[in-house]
Formats: sequence, C-alpha cells, structure tokens
Amino acid sequence: MIDLGPHAVFIIAAYAGVTLAVAALIFWTLFDARRTASKTAALEARGIRRRSAGPAA
Amino acid sequence: MTTDTAPKPSLWNRLAHPGQFVALTRSWLWPLTIVTAALFAVGLWFAFFNSPEDYQMGDTVRIMYIHVPTAWLSQFVYGIMAVSAIGSLVWRHPMADVSMKAAAPLGATFTALALFTGSLWGRPTWGTFWEWDGRMTSTLVLLLIYLGIVALWRAFDDQLRAARVIAVFTLVGAINIPIIKFSVDWWSTLHQPSSVFTMRGPHMPPSILTPLLVMAIAFTMLFLTLHLKAMHTEVARRRLMALQRQAAQTGASA
Repeated sequence: MIDLGPHAVFIIAAYAGVTLAVAALIFWTLFDARRTASKTAALEARGIRRRSAGPAA
Repeated sequence: MTTDTAPKPSLWNRLAHPGQFVALTRSWLWPLTIVTAALFAVGLWFAFFNSPEDYQMGDTVRIMYIHVPTAWLSQFVYGIMAVSAIGSLVWRHPMADVSMKAAAPLGATFTALALFTGSLWGRPTWGTFWEWDGRMTSTLVLLLIYLGIVALWRAFDDQLRAARVIAVFTLVGAINIPIIKFSVDWWSTLHQPSSVFTMRGPHMPPSILTPLLVMAIAFTMLFLTLHLKAMHTEVARRRLMALQRQAAQTGASA
C-alpha cells in the first residue's frame, strides 16, 4: 500500500464510501431486475398473458 | 403494396417501442460492463500508483479522482433527465418517461457521493467539512430535488400521469444546474473555480489530469450501464403492472 500521508484517513474514507455506495447501487439494480422478472414469471405461470400476446397456450 | 416495399420503421420509432428498445439494447450491457470495469482498473491504478501528490494539497488530491466525476455526474444525470422530460412532454416518447424514472435514483446517489467526498476533501484542505456557500448549498438543493423526484414517482399509481407532472417539475428544477455551475464565479466561496474546462485549457499537469479524465469516463460509463439496465427493468415493471391489473380484472369477473 502506498503511503497516503497525514490525511490518509480522509482519502481511505472517501474511497470506501464511494465503493460501498456503488456496490449497493449495482446490487440494487440487479436485485430489482431479478425481482421484477420473477414476479412476471409467476403471473405468466398462472396463465396471465397480455391481451396483445394472445391467449395462453 | 408488397411487404418488400413497406417502409422500414425509423430508429426513432423503434426506440419508442419499449419491447424493441429492450431487444435492440440488451446486447449492449456486457460490452458496457467490460469497458466500465477496465476503465475503473486503469483509473484506480493511475489514482494510487501513477500520479504524484499535489504541491499544495498533498495526497488529498487523490480524493479529486472520485469527487469531480461524481459531481460531474450529478449534473450530467440531471441533464439526461431534463432532455427526457422534453421528450416526454413534447413527443410523448414512452422511453423518455422510462429514462427519467430510471435516472433519478442514480443521480441522487452520485449527488450524495459528490457531497460526501467533497466534505472529506474539504476538512484537510479548508479545515471544515461543510460551508454554506453557493456551490455546496446549490448541490445540496440538487440532492433534495432528486429525492423529491424519486418520491413523486412512488406517489403516483398511474405512471403516465406521473411522467407529465414530474417532467414539468424536472424542467423547473433544471434552473439549479447553471446556478451550480456558475456559483463559484458569482459568489465568494471556498470552492475552487473550474480547472478542467476553461477558456485557456485545463489548469493542471497531465500527470493529474490523466487519472481524473479516466475516472470521469469510467463513472460516466458506469452510469450509462446502470441506466440502461434500470430502463430495461422499468419496461419489465410496466409490463408486470399491466399483467397484475389483468389478473385483478380476471379475478373480479370470475
């Protein structure tokens, strides 16, 4: 690890905070996509289809 | 008229159709992710292993490599939302609504990070975490506008109606962007004036400018990747809401 000088704690805190927030943003984006897809799949499994998609098989 | 001579829909019309938009752009996600990860790897290497300390600020200049990109994105994302708001109000473009909604939480996060990293940079540089000056206060106002927009999206069940109201709100809030930009010129402030995009060119050596630009592009690519994925999810969510309404109607009529 390089020497970050007397203000290392501010530099590390800034990078740690940004890393955590970006990781949370990526996690939330993927989680939201998966949750929406699984809810849609559950409805489609019950035979619910959009009218434009025609009747369920 | 045969099918061969039928006019092909323009790219604009294809992008206006949510299903076609998703089909057209789904394959972009992995290339965008790879480019973003590579840019962050290069940018962080520059930031920590191949850039000097500043002659005045010392090593705290390394905070600039995450503060300036998040601050830039806080305004860029709002610009995307304002353009989308025009698309929504003027052309009733369905994907403009989706773009506005998907961008708001991302913009709020980048704005919060700009304030967070700025205060951590300010403490060793100015001796204070916070100062109620033009730049910091107007950026805090931007965060509040973002949070208001996120709350408004959640307040409406009818997303088409929400889009009209939020588009107007977004365009009114856009007045804050030039205020943020020129606040350092208009008012006395601790914050330094613009040092990258100036009439006389960047006011910093290439050894510091290079990691800054690489990190700025990396963060911008991160936003574009997350925004695209969030737009796909929003299209899927609207389809899900239509299915839920249909399921409720089927249940009610049964």
